[in-house]
Amino acid sequence: MGKPKTIIEKIWDRHVVHQEEAKPDLLYIDLHLVHEVTSPQAFEGLRMKDRKVRRPDLTYATMDHNVPTIHRNVIKDQVSKTQMDTLKKNCEEFNVPLADIDHPDQGIVHVIGPELGLTQPGKTIVCGDSHTSTHGAFGALAFGIGTSEVEHVLATQTIWQAKPKTLNVKVNGKLGKGVTAKDLILAIIGKYGVKFGTGHVVEYTGEAIRSLSMEGRMTVCNMSIEGGARAGLISPDDTTIEFLRGRRHAPKGEEFEKAAEQWKSLATDEGASYDATLEINADEVEPQVTWGTNPSMCIPVSASIPTPDDATSANEKDEITRALNYMGLEAGKPISSVNIEHVFIGSCTNSRLSDLRRAADIVKGQKVNPSVRALVVPGSHSVKIAAEQEGIDVIFKEAGFEWREAGCSMCLAMNDDIVPPGERCASTSNRNFEGRQGTDARTHLVSPEMAAAAAIEGHFVDVRKFTVPTA
Amino acid sequence: MEPIRVHEGLVYPLNRSNIDTDQIIPKQFLKRISRQGFGQFLFFNWRFNNDGEPREDFSLNKPQYKDASILVAGENFGCGSSREHAPWALQDFGFKVVIAPSFADIFYNNCTKNGILPVVLPEEKVQVLMENAETSGYRIHVDLENKRVYDSNDFEASFDLPEYQREMLLNGWDEIAVTLTHESKIDQFEDQRQVF
Ligand code: SF4
Repeated sequence: MGKPKTIIEKIWDRHVVHQEEAKPDLLYIDLHLVHEVTSPQAFEGLRMKDRKVRRPDLTYATMDHNVPTIHRNVIKDQVSKTQMDTLKKNCEEFNVPLADIDHPDQGIVHVIGPELGLTQPGKTIVCGDSHTSTHGAFGALAFGIGTSEVEHVLATQTIWQAKPKTLNVKVNGKLGKGVTAKDLILAIIGKYGVKFGTGHVVEYTGEAIRSLSMEGRMTVCNMSIEGGARAGLISPDDTTIEFLRGRRHAPKGEEFEKAAEQWKSLATDEGASYDATLEINADEVEPQVTWGTNPSMCIPVSASIPTPDDATSANEKDEITRALNYMGLEAGKPISSVNIEHVFIGSCTNSRLSDLRRAADIVKGQKVNPSVRALVVPGSHSVKIAAEQEGIDVIFKEAGFEWREAGCSMCLAMNDDIVPPGERCASTSNRNFEGRQGTDARTHLVSPEMAAAAAIEGHFVDVRKFTVPTA
Repeated sequence: MEPIRVHEGLVYPLNRSNIDTDQIIPKQFLKRISRQGFGQFLFFNWRFNNDGEPREDFSLNKPQYKDASILVAGENFGCGSSREHAPWALQDFGFKVVIAPSFADIFYNNCTKNGILPVVLPEEKVQVLMENAETSGYRIHVDLENKRVYDSNDFEASFDLPEYQREMLLNGWDEIAVTLTHESKIDQFEDQRQVF
């Protein structure tokens, strides 16, 4: 047997098209996902040079960032409409399959890839979107690229990449009751900062990761970029295989069993070494709430808002002061005392069926606090339909939530779903940057359960102490 | 893309860490379908108040930095979203070089695809540049050929960047054309490619 390898090296080695001393490797791309915001200039670039899309069959497009979520077909913003029309026109001209606005497969690009079974272990996957790391949950090497690279992949089905360093994030122990994958990834970023992963591909390992569902794994991998990582992935196992069985684009019958064997063989070998390792103990993770303007500024729900005096450097002191100021928060107060005006359950981090189910369990029979406006935006049209079949929409609506069509929505507020200036939102998305949910809007990142409980109480509460009514 | 070899220009200091691409160009401006015209929206929420008036407390609005072409910032510059609109906005505004102690990966890459030179310098060197640039009219030279940054006094620092990206920037190559010189290898790869 050869030297033990990580899954990262195995996937890499299988995709090198060309290698030269002192140059990045030319890697083959198995799946290129496209959306309306980062692609128009790429298609235009092809047109200007009279180039074609090399492999339309390995390319798949959808609309998500701009789409309206009240009525899918009523697009008030003309600039958004132009951008969506442009994608449609480009996909027609270049023969790229598209889940258009009224297509049953439409949804957030990182939700539909796995849902359709396009995302598979061992694939190299790119998309002009930093949260492409989501697909790493399947043991794929998936990373975000810029528009010039989108054009490059469209034209050549390859990309130049310097071999990344590997980082093992080992999660020991087990997550407690009421503590979710979202809390885990926030706690990791909280502990190690927003750039622990820069220059690295992260593999998440350990007992707690193994016991996560595919949805939970996607939530963890999704936010790898928030720790600066190039990509994040998890070695495939039976959980991965069972999720993919029967999906539309997954192999069928005997082919599937053969593929499953191959997929499992991709898992990191016993004894393989990484460039670096970080560890965290899942037992110690509590439900998290972000208080500041980047995802590392997070604390357990039982804790108090940091003060500038907690800083270890002048720079950090500055950052805390600026963040508190932007967020309109008082240092030292318990985070649970902070009132909110908005709740957003959605985004590629937490808008899958299981996320909505868990939030609905909390909401059932309760009422949204009168001072709160609460929104549920399913990650894809299929998630929406499935949730409606289970009656989840009714639970939310009866509690006073708005039940919307699929899209990115208030995660980045490019459509009409905006948090007004100075107002506060408990959000299941992945970024609490200044202005992300609207100019001067204040975002607190939480899990779907925590968001649901906050909607009812009007402020943050420890979901573990929140009494779920028995049905 | 336009080649960049040596650039001499005015320095603008932005002393903040973790400046994300949402700040560099907010999402409401990502709806355009061309590459041009993003400069007017650069750092929009910092430069303008809610009525669209320039904010006096944001230093880039000071007349002394009007012609700045070199941006110096804190660590982890360009984190967050992969939007290439961020380098497009910087470039359209007039910036040709960005200097910081560290950059986010995707942003760094995006810069080099657009003829913007990202320069990583040690924290202490960046601090010196920040301080010097507080005085009006502070200019420096950035020499990509020799990987050096210097001013007309005694500031001097060397930097590194991957050779491939250096060559790209120096020559202003069309990367797709370079890749297509390996097209037969791509064909070959596809012939043997395993699909489950
Ligand atoms: S949901 Fe948010 S983070 Fe995810 S792809 Fe859409 S905008 Fe990006």
